[in-house]
Amino acid sequence: MCGAKAGGPDLAGVDVANETIIQGSVTRDGEPVNGYVRLLDEGGEFTAEVPTSATGQFRFFARPGKWTLRALVPGQTVDRQVVASQGTAVEVAIAV
Amino acid sequence: MSRSDVLVDADWVQARLDDPKVVIVEVDEDTSAYDKNHIRNAVRIDWKKDLQDPVRRDFIDQAGFEALLSAKGIANDDTVVLYGGNNNWFASYAYWYFKLYGHGDVRLLDGGRKKWELDSRDLVSEVPARPATEYTAQPADSSIRAFRDDVIAAIGTLNLVDVRSPDEFSGKLLAPAHLPQEQSQRPGHVPSARNIPWAKNANDDGTFKSDDELKALYEAEGVDLATDTIAYCRIGERSALTWFVLHELLGQENVKNYDGSWTEYGSLVGVPIELGSN
Repeated sequence: MCGAKAGGPDLAGVDVANETIIQGSVTRDGEPVNGYVRLLDEGGEFTAEVPTSATGQFRFFARPGKWTLRALVPGQTVDRQVVASQGTAVEVAIAV
Repeated sequence: MSRSDVLVDADWVQARLDDPKVVIVEVDEDTSAYDKNHIRNAVRIDWKKDLQDPVRRDFIDQAGFEALLSAKGIANDDTVVLYGGNNNWFASYAYWYFKLYGHGDVRLLDGGRKKWELDSRDLVSEVPARPATEYTAQPADSSIRAFRDDVIAAIGTLNLVDVRSPDEFSGKLLAPAHLPQEQSQRPGHVPSARNIPWAKNANDDGTFKSDDELKALYEAEGVDLATDTIAYCRIGERSALTWFVLHELLGQENVKNYDGSWTEYGSLVGVPIELGSN
């Protein structure tokens, strides 16, 4: 794999209209970072966690509302607040 | 039983990478993670292909487990160290199988693959060759497995611990948030269950919290550790991690994992279901 792809994974084949999708990528100086992304609900409770792909990407199927994304990479933790809605994938680029 | 009998840290594993009687086994939710890289000399168990009956909904039987471990080169007197992603979610599930079929010495790598990666420890792509063994399993130990009728009988009497995320418990989601949500069963939870998400057992880096923190967590949520407990989730993996915490770390005697879990219970006709949070 070379370089980071803009945005989250390809949505081909995903039922975007009926899902509430939060996705994006984790990069450092424009290069993908291998690490983990956690999804925390409004109360700060852990909801899910995924490893980033070889291209630094991640995706969650959530529900409409406010969420926190927490990127965990060696030596660093970065939080991002997002608002998700059904039918439109939210794209989140996390630079660490 | 002490913590170190069931849980080892990364330094312990690092020092034993070349010990032929210590078998390191990766079990990941993402079964392709091993192909990318893994801890040196680790073998893979695929939770989908290796641990499930290929036709009916059940896990592999005693003969199947014997064949699997023999093929993987695991002997009855080997120390097996399991690790995986997602805070050892599927590694805990495999641990439960090893106990169910009576393996003597099995442990989890604290923090699993994530902690190993966050520590920037070495991962390799070479697949080790282990000569086949003739593994002998014990008959399945049903004292650590719950079936649907056990769960229904436990409503209002035993501890029921629902380890899914709050949104799955309350009925807002039917699956963990990294999986598509289309499902056929009804949302909600078993009446009288307490919602203690499995992830609360672990620190951010995937290591387990201390025994004192874990005890405090369950007691604060109204789980009487002197009463028998059934843990469940969606398909029995996350609850295997909670089973590990209650039975193996905290030493609670009668804890069962309900591997039918919500995909079974939420599809049963006529059973009681509760919606909303605790």
